[in-house]
Amino acid sequence: MFRAALRLSVSGARSLTRSRPQYTASVAARSYSHGKQETDEEFDARWVTYFNKPDIDAWELRKGMNTLIGYDLVPEPKILEAALRACRRLNDLASAIRILEAVKDKSGPHKEIYPYVLQELSPALSELGIPTPEELGIDKA
Amino acid sequence: MVVSDVYLHSLSQSKTPTKAKTFPLALSLFLSLSFLSPPTLFSWSVSANSPSKDITHKLKKAMQHLTARRVAGLLSRRGVAAFSSSGVKMASHGHGGVTEQTDMSVPLYWDRLDTPLPDRPYKDTLSDADKSLKQKEKGPWNSLSKEEKLALYRLTFNETYAEMKKPTGEWKTVLGGIFFFIGFTGLVVLWQRYYVYPPHPRTLDDEWQAMQVKRMLDMRVNPVEGFSAKWDYEKGQWK
Repeated sequence: MFRAALRLSVSGARSLTRSRPQYTASVAARSYSHGKQETDEEFDARWVTYFNKPDIDAWELRKGMNTLIGYDLVPEPKILEAALRACRRLNDLASAIRILEAVKDKSGPHKEIYPYVLQELSPALSELGIPTPEELGIDKA
Repeated sequence: MVVSDVYLHSLSQSKTPTKAKTFPLALSLFLSLSFLSPPTLFSWSVSANSPSKDITHKLKKAMQHLTARRVAGLLSRRGVAAFSSSGVKMASHGHGGVTEQTDMSVPLYWDRLDTPLPDRPYKDTLSDADKSLKQKEKGPWNSLSKEEKLALYRLTFNETYAEMKKPTGEWKTVLGGIFFFIGFTGLVVLWQRYYVYPPHPRTLDDEWQAMQVKRMLDMRVNPVEGFSAKWDYEKGQWK
């Protein structure tokens, strides 16, 4: 039982124990004893494909984002970029800003994740014209 | 025996107040219950990030309303009668002020940290200015000013994440309430000390206790290893 708990904590903490440059989405922490476990790359690819759907609708965007935020991980910048582009297709700037806020909140005590994500997303942000919450001044209550 | 007669005589003389017996007991019981309950009712143990969101959130709101009613009832000393209406759901008896019932059959708006995009935008009915802004949103976002972007955000969302996470200072209310009720209970206990407790038994006076000890020593109570063994009979003092 202790080993199972240890395994769970290790897999759950994978996003923390990764080396510096990679704050990747880790696999959803499940302790299957059998069955194929999805790799990080497969997870990321699946979500990028989800948001890249050309005719994604607003409900799917909301559902996708809420589900993604529900996972015990901070999404990879490439997933977030796909989500932001989906917001653009749906003409929803507010949701795009909200997504950035949610990423910052998801990082919790790991303050270095959010600046890294912003740095990775900055070309997309400037291309689409999405302001960061800091630029709008809504990062402080 | 003289002593036992004296003892019996003193017993029969003590008057226990009869009328005041049960009411303070009930009151103190009720107040001690109320003292226990506010912290539990106020306990905001449901965190905003819990998965079973909606029901517990609604329950929290209901408890909030119940708590407010309860405190008002206690303060006005009317107690149980104040439970008649809760703020969440009540079939009104046709008064003017009917409490609004949230229509749960349509998509609702929530400010939640774990649900960044709620089911509907915050502002449903848009003014003409808002509508034209929404039209402009369909174009390139780079052409929007910062104020317009902020306005678009506020149309769709009520509180920002920072506002959601702001500390409420609610702990001060809780702590204040706790101290208030402890203090009030203290006052009740004090009142009981003077109006409820029977007269002080004279067998607990120092004088009586001294005479009692002397008698025990004279009787040689537990002389081998106990009471009298600790008394030095030659010197007339404790060993």
